[in-house]
Amino acid sequence: MADTERPGRDRRLTSGPGRLIVTLYGVVTVGAISRSAVQLSTNYSEAPLAYTLSAVAGLVYAVILVALVRGSEGARRLALVCCTAELLGVLAVGTWTLADADRFPDQTVWSDYGMGYLFIPLLLPVTGLLWLRRSGREIRPGSSPA
Amino acid sequence: MFDALTIAVAVAALGLAAWCAYAAFRDQPTKDWHLIGMALVGVAALVQLVVGIVRLAQGDDPHDSATVFVSYLVGAAFTLPAAAFLSLTERSRWGSATAAAGGVVLAVLQVRLYDIWNGTSG
Repeated sequence: MADTERPGRDRRLTSGPGRLIVTLYGVVTVGAISRSAVQLSTNYSEAPLAYTLSAVAGLVYAVILVALVRGSEGARRLALVCCTAELLGVLAVGTWTLADADRFPDQTVWSDYGMGYLFIPLLLPVTGLLWLRRSGREIRPGSSPA
Repeated sequence: MFDALTIAVAVAALGLAAWCAYAAFRDQPTKDWHLIGMALVGVAALVQLVVGIVRLAQGDDPHDSATVFVSYLVGAAFTLPAAAFLSLTERSRWGSATAAAGGVVLAVLQVRLYDIWNGTSG
């Protein structure tokens, strides 16, 4: 597929379906980090918990984005851990915002399982985990990564 | 003027997304015509950025903060060039799917811009 690979960088995770997944991670990283940066700097006191959680979500997205772009086996494992954390995070925070709405006067990225973001925060880690598993399997049986 | 431009860019971006999604569906990479389409809608987003800044300079105030408004305008202007680059370096159906995602993102940004300018939602 990718015949013009740059030396020193494994493009396995960013080619094919990975291109779309990496792009979406780029979008949510920019979205979550810039949103929480504005909210934390202008009205932190209004909903400190919600804004801090959005910032944490943004950082997790950023780590996954960098790991996918780097594409080494170590980076792939890091991305697996972070995607799992992301999935648990969106499930936990989603449940928390529904159960204890008073603590959240304003929305987080993960509120109501990411409903305000078309459930992308819920769908993306699942897609990411599937993709990371599949691309890991491709190299395992003897064939060294190109 | 600004609202008309916002709606026009949103509709064009959705059309572009559907067109690129169709290419992905047919297992084709983005072709020259797709890139020309992205260029045209991208220029419209750039015009919108200029119009928005001119409106701010003339003393019009968006409902939300001006910083957020300009951030969204800049983000909108960069969306399609980035999508075009990503689809040019991935010559498969997935490049087309990525370009389609770029169109959807631009449309969503337009909806948010409309809200930020008019204050229709918190």
